[in-house]
Amino acid sequence: METTSSYRIQGATGEWEVVIGLEVHAQVTSNAKLFSGAATAFGAEPNSQVSLIDAAMPGMLPVPNKECIRQAVRTGMAIDAQINKWSRFDRKNYFYADLPQGYQISQLYHPLVGEGAIEVTLDEKDPDSAVKRIGIERIHVEQDAGKLMHDQHPTRSYVDLNRSGVALMEIVSRPDMRSPAEAGAYVKKLRSILRYVGSCDGNMEEGSMRADVNVSVRKPGEEFGTRTETKNVNSVRFVMAVIEHEANRQVDVLESGGKIVQETRLYDPDRNETRSMRSKEDAHDYRYFPDPDLLPLELDDAFLEECRASLPELPDAKRKRYEGDLGLTSYAAAVLTAEAETARWFEALLAECGDQAMAKAASNWLISDLFGALNRLGLDIEHSPVSPKQGAELLKLVADGTLSGTLAKQVFEIMLETRQDPGVIVEEKGLKQTSDTGAIEEVIAKVLADNGDKVEQYKGGKEALFGFFVGQTMKAMGGKANPKVVNDLLKKALG
Amino acid sequence: MSVDTATVKKIASLARIAMRDDEAEAMVPELNNILGWIEQLGEVDTSAVEPMTAVIPNHLRLREDVVTDGNCRDKVLANAPQAEHGFFAVPKVIE
Repeated sequence: METTSSYRIQGATGEWEVVIGLEVHAQVTSNAKLFSGAATAFGAEPNSQVSLIDAAMPGMLPVPNKECIRQAVRTGMAIDAQINKWSRFDRKNYFYADLPQGYQISQLYHPLVGEGAIEVTLDEKDPDSAVKRIGIERIHVEQDAGKLMHDQHPTRSYVDLNRSGVALMEIVSRPDMRSPAEAGAYVKKLRSILRYVGSCDGNMEEGSMRADVNVSVRKPGEEFGTRTETKNVNSVRFVMAVIEHEANRQVDVLESGGKIVQETRLYDPDRNETRSMRSKEDAHDYRYFPDPDLLPLELDDAFLEECRASLPELPDAKRKRYEGDLGLTSYAAAVLTAEAETARWFEALLAECGDQAMAKAASNWLISDLFGALNRLGLDIEHSPVSPKQGAELLKLVADGTLSGTLAKQVFEIMLETRQDPGVIVEEKGLKQTSDTGAIEEVIAKVLADNGDKVEQYKGGKEALFGFFVGQTMKAMGGKANPKVVNDLLKKALG
Repeated sequence: MSVDTATVKKIASLARIAMRDDEAEAMVPELNNILGWIEQLGEVDTSAVEPMTAVIPNHLRLREDVVTDGNCRDKVLANAPQAEHGFFAVPKVIE
């Protein structure tokens, strides 16, 4: 269902609509850099992962890393984009202390990946929530810059070139978003796809993914207004905050008779405001030209076929399969497929269960019990103290009647602490549920004898007391009686 | 196409080339001569000719994704006017 957003800014002169486009820079997962053989690992000693190419020593020549190209192509295929078999690298010229070459090798005129799109759902919990298609104009491959540190010395900035030359994909959206929520959903979905594909780890804290946020405002139905670009925003929450702040600022400027200047701005999360980066005024005159050190990049069909064949099942397809084949609710399917790791865990769990019919039970347990526990422990699913195999064993013990729901929760708590297998715990702690009718009948007889008055009331028509008898019986059996058997035997004894 | 003094000064500034006013002015006719000469090429109709990317037919070679370089901090920093604690040290640049 395509919809238009109803998000509006209330100004003094009426309602304003916000128009948003995002340029997401995603660091390509690779061992070596885009044009040199230096390593890319995060957190190394300063300038230890720098080759003479990355330091822009004279006479050094760039040679592209095939894996970086492959990952960008696979990403393009995952967003259903046109792949350009002929693309080219251009130089983007500017001077800055973190850019030793004096230019960034990028792709302006002939990007590797052309037009594509992704679909975002605004509210995953609502099965009828609007789905919106956000256009992606292009993905091109380019070099990252080095890192500057300003707080180490009173009059000097320190430069670390470890990041210099690491491959980035710049993923440029169409100005298709109309609210902070849509932009947030877009970044989340894009991150999810990149992680499924394995082309970027999506780690926003380490800067593996950052966004330039383009915002303009207009009266609904009118032409696009002048936009500003806020650089290097590094979390979903900040992307949304930038849009809200910047749109309101622009409305204030316009309504007080001012004009929006097309400019680059910087976000300050501590003050939650954007401010102009006037020093970059000249920066837009990049004098692009084709890089004479690099021939055009030409890809053959075999390469593209390999890229396509290596793509995993993507989140949208997986979600549909979970709903259709496994019979999960759309909410559960959305939660389980949002992150590649969650889906991988769930599928391992289901495989260990060995029965697709257990999908619902497995999904419920994962989403409420396991997620609840991981949340409490502050762990992500990759570091779960319980393995999919152990989870499946627990679910099977419930399915075959060995454990009641309550007992299963107790066993799970012990599993989290001791990392023992559920079968071992059940044996050791004697938590096994009993269906031994003789033992249960004995307890029931005692419960009924001890509560003669209540038995009279029950027989006189107060049927609600049945629950009381069940409770007393379960309590006397330490919660280990099979509830169904207790029910049946109680009915017989009272009947 | 031709350039004026202001354009020459802007190009010089973007390229970080220091240029006095009289130098910039002297550059104007020189650059315009070159531009005029290049513009003669526009007289040839090349609309059906694909841009040539290399003199000999050649393909872009790609590298395997293997770490083969780096770990040479001292070499990288050897020519730096100033290096401290393994970093290049440059005049403070801050927004």
